[in-house]
Formats: sequence, structure tokens, C-alpha cells
Amino acid sequence: MVRVGIIGVGKMGLSHLALFNAHRSVEVTGICEPQSFVASAVQSQTGIETYKSYEKLIDKAPLDAVVIATPSATHFDAAMYAIESGLHVFVEKPLSLSAAQSWQMSQAAVQAGVANQVGYHNRFIGTFAEVRRLVRSGAIGEVYHIDGRAFGQVVTKPKSAMTWRSKKSEGGGCLHDYASHVVDLMNWIVGPPQQVLGARLTNIHSVDVEDAVYALFGYAAGFSGQLETNWSDESQRKMSTSVTVYGTHGKVYADRQECQLFLKPGHRFEGYESGWTIKYITELQQPVSFYLRGEEYSAQVDSFVAAAQAGETAPLNSFNSAYETDWTIDLIIKACAKTSRE
Amino acid sequence: MTVAMAKMDRILFGDNQFFGVNHMSEERARAQAMRFRTVDDIIEVLDVAYDAGIRTFMCTTHDAIGAVADHVRANPARYADFQFYPGMPYAHKYANAISEVGVMETLRQFAPGGVVETLWKGARAGLRKDAEKLMIMLVDAELKRFGGTKAPVVFLQNVVVDLLLGLGMGAMFRSFHDYVRDNHGAEAGFFTMNMPRLLDTLESVGLENPIICCNYNKIGFRMSGGVELYDHTVRTRQVRLVAMSVLASGAIPASEAIEWICARPQIESIVFGASSRGNILQTKQLIEKFTTGLVS
Repeated sequence: MVRVGIIGVGKMGLSHLALFNAHRSVEVTGICEPQSFVASAVQSQTGIETYKSYEKLIDKAPLDAVVIATPSATHFDAAMYAIESGLHVFVEKPLSLSAAQSWQMSQAAVQAGVANQVGYHNRFIGTFAEVRRLVRSGAIGEVYHIDGRAFGQVVTKPKSAMTWRSKKSEGGGCLHDYASHVVDLMNWIVGPPQQVLGARLTNIHSVDVEDAVYALFGYAAGFSGQLETNWSDESQRKMSTSVTVYGTHGKVYADRQECQLFLKPGHRFEGYESGWTIKYITELQQPVSFYLRGEEYSAQVDSFVAAAQAGETAPLNSFNSAYETDWTIDLIIKACAKTSRE
Repeated sequence: MTVAMAKMDRILFGDNQFFGVNHMSEERARAQAMRFRTVDDIIEVLDVAYDAGIRTFMCTTHDAIGAVADHVRANPARYADFQFYPGMPYAHKYANAISEVGVMETLRQFAPGGVVETLWKGARAGLRKDAEKLMIMLVDAELKRFGGTKAPVVFLQNVVVDLLLGLGMGAMFRSFHDYVRDNHGAEAGFFTMNMPRLLDTLESVGLENPIICCNYNKIGFRMSGGVELYDHTVRTRQVRLVAMSVLASGAIPASEAIEWICARPQIESIVFGASSRGNILQTKQLIEKFTTGLVS
């Protein structure tokens, strides 16, 4: 059994608590949540011990691993404390608010020999995994462009800041909260860009944070990339993420539901013929033993638990790959500052 | 109040198609969202289903459905046999609000009346009761729009059911069941993506032969534990099952999917959604054709 503590029982923490608690190889031995109502409700209904601070949880609860699902600005301190205590660590995305901190966390985790993973769940979605496989195996020829997008309705009207998601200093904003998912997905498929050629962080309703992110990437191999994310798009029922990769032999598009491959005449790949081939999530996703909100959330928990059991320090979505995502985000911020000065 | 354990209809009409929900294609989902822009667009399709003899509308508590309920209430002669199976909560409403304004403010918005303030101050001794009180207020708020219509079964949506299941908070299922029975004269139903496991938990809190709605399809899509475990469960245990996603969002041809599901006589009802008259009539006819002993 892997004994797990959950630090932060907010929107994602509650979901993690349920998924880890339902996992047959896991025992949740403690939670840390400052909001007394949530903490007390969990303790009274489940009997899981609650602690006032992550230090107390880590020092006192019998643990092998922790899940950190607190506001992003607090990830660094909590994760470093857990790593120093020899615990395996799962951190919600983004890993931290700076590439320098993320690098430090990644190094510390590898040196301590603990499993380390970040909650970029798109990598556990079968349609996106298929895009990566197709691109990396050369099915679409030489890549010349990648396009990543995410839209959703998180902030739909002007208002005073009500949660950490609307405060820049705590890691709020479309860039860290939304665009990070797309950046991570693009990095997973084609590797991180060498440079960000231009970027714009756009305020639509929010005061302290951006609601949309637009950026143009340049890659070492010479191809280009484009990022477009907007969390104030009310035409979307829920967050929708998509990616398209263009190559000399064809192109491939995927979202949460389907993967569409177009191959130019005369080109084929494994079961794919020339022209359009569409594969659906029903075919591309492995089933999970317990389902909540999407197979990818269960699959990432399975992956982390397996890594903790094996002492694997570089699972899918390691701190190191999340560091590369944070490094790309830093480039976007710098490019945006440069663009607005000019 | 006592609740008659009435048999559910064989065929139930669902509402995913009205709200841009499609588990296979975002393009199709968007096309649906464009087609069902107004409540009249929804009612037009509901009328086709109702006139074809499908009396039960299994729906979310989306605002637009409130307007459908108003329409049904205002035309009692037209909809004499029409009944709702509301499923609550309409989760995206809450999920978006939680991201935007936080958990406490969300509860404050959806459960007016000071209960949240009481909880916030932390009457710790009665916390279990407070959580139940909060649940009750949310149920009442969600069911308000269905007042004066027939709603004999009230469902809890899978995002909440499976969350509580994962958290190990099975007592809440019992509370929900008892509350809708005693205060709304309705039977409780539970959506889930983890049917065998949910049945274990429901039985453990004393809910025998419960109503469960879950995915049930030939390819095992979103059936945690797999088709064999589901089949074994319905063959060997007491559960009143509504099968959904029988076509696995279109991955299985209709005739093949329906023949397969109808070969499982333990399944009481089948829910499906469709937007065109042709698809509604065809699906209904297929279910009737493959259901042994059903007189159409």
C-alpha cells in the first residue's frame, strides 16, 4: 500500500482525494486544508485525519507520498519540504511560477530518488497520445507548424478578485492556469520551442490577470508554433483543448474526443490510408478501474502510484518535463514584456 | 409519504443532444448547440418523442429545462402522461462557479438562506447534519423548477455520485434517497461510471434494489470494471438499471448496439437522445423489435 497525504482540498484536491482514496493500492492517511468547513466535513464523513499545515501533515502522518493541490504560488515550499522528507510528490500544474524554482524542484526530487509527477492530464488522453505517436514516427513527414488552443468559460464578467485564480501573485491568470496545459501538450508532442517570437497577454474582464494568451513560437528545427488560449469564451460549455500539427506528408488534429489524420495522396502509415482517417476516444482510450470526470485523471493517478511503488523518478509528466513547460511560460512572459515596450 | 415502486418505462428520452454534449465529436456538439438555441427548438423535438409514445424525459437541471417544465405545466391536457426524471446538479454550472468565485461563494449563491454562514462559522458538533442540510437546500433549489409536474424519480449526476463514492461518503446517498422520498415523493436514482462499486456502497447503506443509470455498451466504453463484471452484476444482484450510452456515442451501429443491450433482460430501461424525427422513431422501433415480450 502507498500511504498518501493530500495537501489542499479545493477543486482539484477534492477530486484527487476521491481518486486516491478509491485506488486499490492506496491508503489516504491525512489531508491538509485550511478551510475549516471542508476539512471538518471530510474528517467527519470519512474519518481521514486532517492537519492545519503541510508541515504538520508531513511530520506526523504516516506517509509515503503527498499530493500538492494548493494555489500555484505555494507549490515550491510544500514540494521541497516533502522531498526533503523523502516523500514521493505529485504536484498540480503548473509546477511553480518560475522556471528557476521548477528546475530546483526537479533536481531535488531526482537527487532524493523520489517519484515526481505534475498534473498535466492531457498527456493521459488517448487522442493526444496518438498525435504524439503519429508525429514522432514520421507519419506526417517533416513538421513545419504546430497549433495549440484552449477555450473555456472561467471568467465571464468583470468583478472583484474572489479566488487565487484571479491574483497574479498566487499563480492565477489564463497563462499559468489554462495556457500551461496547451504549452505542456505542445512540448510533449514536438519538444519545447527555442524562442517565443511574440506574445500578447490580453485582459478581457480581469484586472490583475490576463484572460487570453496569444504567442508565436520558433523551434530549433526551423518550424513554427502558435498558441491561442482564452478562458472568457462563453460559447464553450467546458474547457476544450485542441492541437493541430502540419507536416510535409499531411496533418493531424486532435481534441478530447477524436484524432483526425489527413495524409496526402500516395502516403500511408500503419492502418492509416491517404485522405482523412478519424479515430475516436472510444477506440484510443484505455479503460480505468475507477472513473471520475475523465479516464485521464484516473490514469495519471495510476501512473504516479506505480512510480511511487517502483521508486521511478522520471515517470510521464515528471518535474523535469513540467520545468520545460514553466521555462516556455517564462519565455512567453519575457516576449510579452518586450512586445509591449516596442 | 410513501413512494410506489412503479416500474420505469422501457424507453426514456435523454437531453445531452440539446446542450452540445457529444462524447465523440466537438464539431457535432457545436452543431447541436447551434441547432437548439431556444427552448422552442427543444420542445419541438420533445413533442416528436412524446407523440411517438415516449413519456419520460430524463434531463439535467439546466436553466433551459426549467423553461420546458414551465411549458409542460402550462399545457396539462397536451402533456397528460409526460414525466420528468431530473438529474441534478447541472454540474458545469457549479464547476465554473467554483473556479470563478470559490467553493464557499458558490454554495452561498446556490443555497440561499444563511445555511452557508452557519457552516462557515463552523458548528463542528453538527457537521454531518450540516452537510445534509446543505444537500437538502441544494436539492430543493434544483427541484424548484419542476414544481407542479410529474417527477417520480430524481437522479444524482455521476460527477457527484462518483465523487462521493471515491471519497467514501456513502451515507450521503442514503440521505439523498430518504430526502427525495419523504419530501418530494420521488424515488432516488444514481448516475455512475462505476456501477458495480456503487451498488456495493448503496447496499452497504441499506439501499436495496436501487435505481442506477450507467453506461452499458458492447465495447465497454466508460464501464469501470468492464462488460463482464457489469453483466455478472446484473445477473446475480438486485438493481433497477437504466442503460445509457448504449451506442457508445455512435461508435457502435444502432441496430447492433440495441440488439446487444436487449439481450440483457435484467436491464429495465434504455435512455437515448436524438435530434431528428427519423432517428427518434428508428431507435424506438429497434428497442421494441429486440425487446422480447414488449408489445408496441
